Amino acid sequence: MGFPPEFKVVVDKEKCIMCRRCTIECPYGVHVWDEKKKTIIRKEENCVACQRCVFTCPTKAIQIEVRPPAYSPHPVWTEKVRRDIRLQAETGSVLLVAMGNEEPYRRYFDHLVIDACQVTNPSIDPLREPIELRTYLGAKPDYLELEESYSDIKLKTELTPNLKLETPIMFAHMSYGSISLEAQKSLAMAAKEMGTYMGSGEGGLHKDLYPYADHIIVQVASGRFAVHEEYLKVGAAIEIKIGQGAKPGIGGHLPGKKVTEEISQTRMIPVGSDAISPAPHHDIYSIEDLSRLIYALKEATRYKKPVFVKIAAVHNVASIAVGIIRAGADGVVLDGFTAGTGAAPQVIRDHLGIPIEVAIAAVDQRLREERIRNRGSIIASGGIRSSADVAKAIALGADAVYIGTAALIALGCTVCKQCHRGKCAWGIATQDPKLRKRLKPEEGARRAANLLRAWSFELKEILGALGLNSIESLRGNRDRLRGIGLTEVELEVLGVKPAGR
Amino acid sequence: MNVDSSILDIIRAKKLIERRDIAPRIREEGDFVVVDAKGLHYRILNEVVYELAEKYKKIKLINVNGQRYIADGLRGDYYIEIHGTAGDDLGAFMNGPEIVVYGNVQDGAGNTMNAGKIIVHGNATDILGHSMRGGVIYVEGDVGYRVGVHMKEYKDQVPIIVAGGTAGDFLGEYMAGGRIIILGLKRRFTSEIVGDWIAAGIHGGAIYIRDSIEEDRLGYGAKIAEFTEEDKKYLAKILEEYCRTFGYDLNKILEHEFTKIVPESHRPYGKMYTD
Ligand code: SF4
Ligand code: SF4
Repeated sequence: MGFPPEFKVVVDKEKCIMCRRCTIECPYGVHVWDEKKKTIIRKEENCVACQRCVFTCPTKAIQIEVRPPAYSPHPVWTEKVRRDIRLQAETGSVLLVAMGNEEPYRRYFDHLVIDACQVTNPSIDPLREPIELRTYLGAKPDYLELEESYSDIKLKTELTPNLKLETPIMFAHMSYGSISLEAQKSLAMAAKEMGTYMGSGEGGLHKDLYPYADHIIVQVASGRFAVHEEYLKVGAAIEIKIGQGAKPGIGGHLPGKKVTEEISQTRMIPVGSDAISPAPHHDIYSIEDLSRLIYALKEATRYKKPVFVKIAAVHNVASIAVGIIRAGADGVVLDGFTAGTGAAPQVIRDHLGIPIEVAIAAVDQRLREERIRNRGSIIASGGIRSSADVAKAIALGADAVYIGTAALIALGCTVCKQCHRGKCAWGIATQDPKLRKRLKPEEGARRAANLLRAWSFELKEILGALGLNSIESLRGNRDRLRGIGLTEVELEVLGVKPAGR
Repeated sequence: MNVDSSILDIIRAKKLIERRDIAPRIREEGDFVVVDAKGLHYRILNEVVYELAEKYKKIKLINVNGQRYIADGLRGDYYIEIHGTAGDDLGAFMNGPEIVVYGNVQDGAGNTMNAGKIIVHGNATDILGHSMRGGVIYVEGDVGYRVGVHMKEYKDQVPIIVAGGTAGDFLGEYMAGGRIIILGLKRRFTSEIVGDWIAAGIHGGAIYIRDSIEEDRLGYGAKIAEFTEEDKKYLAKILEEYCRTFGYDLNKILEHEFTKIVPESHRPYGKMYTD
C-alpha cells in the first residue's frame, strides 16, 4: 500500500536544458533518466524536499511544492496521523524520525521580550564601547581568599579549571557517525577560530580532529565508545551524557549498516555491528554512582579539566541538577525537548521531556536557593534558533548555550528531516563518500564561524540596548525579561513579570 | 631512602595534606618504591602514585583500605602491587599497567580500561570490567553483579575477564565484544555458578561458563552455541597463564563441561524501526 506523494516536483520545461544534473544530485532517486524514452522521469513519491536539485539546477528550472492534502480533511485525524498509522500497520515497527520535536507546543522564547534603556538609564553603543561576551564555564569558588602585603595582593584560593569562551555559544554534541567527518571538521575549525568549543558527540574522536581537540568537549556516554585515556586527556573538557533532549530516557544506537570501516575504527567496534548505547550507564544507578564516575574522570585527567553532565530536561530537572552539581560536576547541560537528533523514535521525540526555557529557569532558581549556583555552570541546548534565543536563555539563567540544528543549517542543512536515512544530500548526516564530498570543511567552517560572528554582534547590540557592558550582567537577570500571553503560573515558573508590569 | 622532596612540594602546594604525614610513608625496597597507604585520602594517594610513576616503574602500595581510583588513567608499563582492599574503579581508563592485588577489589575495577592487566588474589564486586576495551582481568575468586557489561573488541584487541569463582546477575549485559570466562571452582556463597539474565542484550563477544546452563537462564538476545574443540583449544591457551597465576590445575578445569553463550545477532535492532 503506497502513499500519495507529499511533495510536487515542478519542472519548468522551458528552462530545463536536459543536462541531467538533477539525476546525479538527488540521493533519493526522484529524477531518473529513462534511457528508452530519452527523458527524465520523476518519482515524486520519493521526494523529501531537501532542495538539493533546486539549488544545483544550473537554470533554476526546478521547484518543489507541498501537495495539497491528499486526504479528506479532518481536525482530529490529520493527514500525519493517518500516514503514521498506515505505515505502522504495514511494517509493525517503531517510527524513526530525525531533527527536533514537531508537535505544536508553546515555544516560550516566542512569548518573552527583552527590556531596553530609555531616558533614565543610558544604553551603550557597542561600536564605540567595549562589550564583553567572554564567559567562563566551570565551578567558581565559594569565596576568594586573598593574601595582602604592602606591595601586592595574591590570590590564595585554588581555582578549579574553567573553559574560556569568547562568545557564549558552542556547537552541540553531534557524533561522528551521525554526521560526517567533514561536518565535524567544519565545526571544529569554526570553534577554534571563534574561541569557543564543539562537542565530540559519543562516537569518539577521528584522528583528523585531534589538532582541534583543545576546542573540543569530549563526551562519555553509556556506550563508552572510543573512551580511552588519550581521548580524555586531549579534550578541553569532559561531558558525561546521561540523557538527550530529543530522546529522554532511552538509549541510542547507530545502525550496523552505518558502521563503516572508518567509523568502526573510531568507535572500536566491528564493521557492520550495531553501535548500541544503553539507556542507562550501567555503572550509574544513583547520584553517588554518578559522583564516582565524575571523579574517576577527574582522577584520570588529574583534575585539569572541567567535567560536565548532560541531561534531558524532564519534570524534576531542578532536583536532578542539584544532585549533579553536588556530585561534583562543574556544570550541567540541559537539553530541552525541542533538541534535534540524527535518529529517534517519533513517539519519544514528540512526547517526552519539557521545554528548555522552563528547565533553565527552574534549575537556575533552585541552584541559587541552595546557594550552589557558583559551583557549576548551566549550559542550555535544544532548539536555540537565533541570538535572541541565546539572550533570553542567558537572561533566564544559562551561562552559555549549545547550538546543533542551527549550526547544521549554517553548513547547508535544509532540515529535510532525513538524517536517520544516511543519505543527506548536503553531505552532513551521511557517511557516503560521494555525498560527503559536497561539504568542504573550509567553506563549512567559514559559514559556521560567520554565524557565531553575526550572533555575537547581535548579542552585543542587545546588551548595549540593555545598558549592560558584559554578558555576565545579563545572566539570570530575569528582571530584564517580560512575558507576553503567558498565564500567571507560567510566568511564575519562568520567574518573569508580564509585559506592562 | 626517602623520595625527593619535589613530590612533597606538589602535594603541599595542593594543600591536600601536611608534610609530616607523607614523607615517612615512602621508601625504596629493591627496585620497588613502597607507599604506606594507611588512612590516606584517595586523592593524596593517587597524587603520590602519579608522581612516583615519573621515576619508578614498580610501585607497591601497602595497607590499602578502600581508596578509590588507584592507577586511574595511568598509561605505561608499570607494575603496581596492592596489599589490602582496593576501592572503586581500580585501574579505570588505564592504558598498560599491570596491577596485582593481594586482597579484594571493590566495584568497577578495570572500568573502560584500554590495555594492561589486573590480577586479583581475592574477590571482586560489581561492574568489574565495565566497557573494557582491552587487556585482561584475572580474579581468583567470585565476581559480583553486572560484570563485563558492554565490553568491546576491535580486531585483535580483545579484552578478557576470567573469574575462578561465581558471578552475579546480568553477566556480560550489552556485551559488544571480548570474552568472559567463569570457572565456578569455589562456590562460597551460592551453588549457582552465575546469576540470572545472563548476557541480556549481547551483540558481540562470547561468554564461557564451566557448567551446564539452561537456555531459559539467558537474557534477551543471547543464545547457547556449541562448545567445540576450537573453543577448548582457545580456553586452554587463555587459561594457561591464569592457572599458573593462581596455582590451579588446567587439565582438571578443562575436563569439565562448558557452556558457550553468544549473541543471536550483531544487529539486534535491525527490524525494530521504520523510516
Ligand atoms: S533533490 Fe531533494 S528536493 Fe530535489 S527531488 Fe530529490 S529529494 Fe526532492
Ligand atoms: S542534516 Fe541533511 S538529512 Fe538531516 S535534515 Fe539536514 S539536510 Fe536533511
